Amino acid sequence: MRQIVLLKDIPDLSEIKVDSETRAPKLEGVKRRISDVDKRALEAAIRIKESVGGEVLALSMGDEKTKTSMLEALAMGADAAYVVDEPQFRGLDTNATSRVLEAAVKKIGRYDLVLAGEMTLDSLSSSVGPRLAELLNLPQLTYVKELKVESGKVRVVRDMEDVDEVAEAELPALVAVVREVNEPRIPSLMNIMKAKKKPQTIWTAPDLSLNPDKVKAMSYVKVLGVKAPKVERKQIKVEADTVEEAAAKLAQYLVGEGILK
Amino acid sequence: MRFLVYSEEPEVSFQLLGRVKTLAELTGGETVAFTTLDPAPYFSYGADKVVKVDGVGDYNVESYRSALVKAVSVVKPDVVLLGATRRGKALAPRVAAALGVGSMAECTSVDVVDGEVVVERLTYGGSTVAKETCSSRPMVITVPPRTYEKLEPVERTGEVVNLRVEAPEPRVKVVERRPKPRSNVDLESASIIVSAGRGFKSKDDLRLLEELAQVLGAQIGCTRPISADLGWMDQWVGISGKKVKPSLYIACGISGTIQHAAGIRDSQIIVSINSDESAGIHGLSDYSIVGDLYKVVPALTKALRDRA
Repeated sequence: MRQIVLLKDIPDLSEIKVDSETRAPKLEGVKRRISDVDKRALEAAIRIKESVGGEVLALSMGDEKTKTSMLEALAMGADAAYVVDEPQFRGLDTNATSRVLEAAVKKIGRYDLVLAGEMTLDSLSSSVGPRLAELLNLPQLTYVKELKVESGKVRVVRDMEDVDEVAEAELPALVAVVREVNEPRIPSLMNIMKAKKKPQTIWTAPDLSLNPDKVKAMSYVKVLGVKAPKVERKQIKVEADTVEEAAAKLAQYLVGEGILK
Repeated sequence: MRFLVYSEEPEVSFQLLGRVKTLAELTGGETVAFTTLDPAPYFSYGADKVVKVDGVGDYNVESYRSALVKAVSVVKPDVVLLGATRRGKALAPRVAAALGVGSMAECTSVDVVDGEVVVERLTYGGSTVAKETCSSRPMVITVPPRTYEKLEPVERTGEVVNLRVEAPEPRVKVVERRPKPRSNVDLESASIIVSAGRGFKSKDDLRLLEELAQVLGAQIGCTRPISADLGWMDQWVGISGKKVKPSLYIACGISGTIQHAAGIRDSQIIVSINSDESAGIHGLSDYSIVGDLYKVVPALTKALRDRA
């Protein structure tokens, strides 16, 4: 059983501050971590490996810092990591990104299962997994909250809006998990040490036989600007000597707002 | 500009048609609906043309992807607009990849500015709004349910294009569909919501919130951990759950993560009750009480009851 897990390292959302003048997010110096849902996709792969054997390969696209982020994946239990670090591939849209990942998956070669998170929290697009399934001509199982692999099939429970859908597909297949699928393990100190000795392979465009200009020409979406919405809240602290008085005061404010009659 | 619209939820299709009708009129274009159902209501809600599809069978992502790709080759739209339901979000990128075009997901607004499509969508966990545009034709855009309102239905009709698709046997087999317990709570249309966060120590304690809700005639919501991790309620408020817009939102024992904040942003008045003075929720509120919810919530219930 050979599994490839797509991982993206994204800015730590709890550390992002917004510039008060421009309302643009300040990303410089913000630590990057593997996106939470992606980590759960990795945990799912490791659990499958623990039950049926095989190997778990982490695949990411990023820059020189991504190599550090991948150490966490290796410490959790990935056997090897592959990072596409090509300066010309920064800021590609989902169309071009999935074409690059397609090339990387094909370079890795044989696989039974590709796993991803339902979305990464930075771009919130939920697009790269299904796009990659299309490019690799794989059946896709999205919004997966339970999965198991047996006799050449993956069987899952999908969390849809109105139903839980039990579904299965022959391998190879692509599975995108939701946050509820598991609780990712925290690697032991010993595994953190061992991770540094596990293989990491860095690929640039020529390694994947990709022409950077052609890839960039396939990136169609342009971001015109990113801003935090204005928070226009009154931010009134309701204070009083006793809880009862504070509650009564709050009730008065709500009457003043015309919400309570 | 020509728009091709589809969602497996007819209501969502109608909402999308309402929006693209305006944009089509603005740009001198056309609205086309894609459906497997009766075309008539699609015309009433704003479609100029309807592509009526046969042969795709029950909803599954691969057959519908093939049918949509075929519809695109017939209709030649500039924009393919799909509903951002979970099914739609799994379908849209697959269609976009098959066409080799750009896509923009979960757009909270879709506009045409100087002949270019400009969308807004949340990024960075919901803390920011990105403005994006796309240079491919077509492009694929998804829009969440209830982002736009459907138009008043009018009596009109138009051309029906019949499309027959030979769908291959789906590779994903659905073994069973287990309906989720139907909730009688409708958070998205609630006018007052009282909501629970991790500040509640046990499920039994939620009765404090129920009493407050009763006095206010409010619906009860919660954060993702309360629902998804602890299972105390079946739906939560936040970017991955329900996006709400009540006139009053009372957050009790909620810290105010950006994912939760993004779900309550459209509330008219936000009140927070949290014992942690530095909790982010206070900065997102109109009124806040720094205090123990186990004391403040019953006191507020009493204050409101005494008024009545």
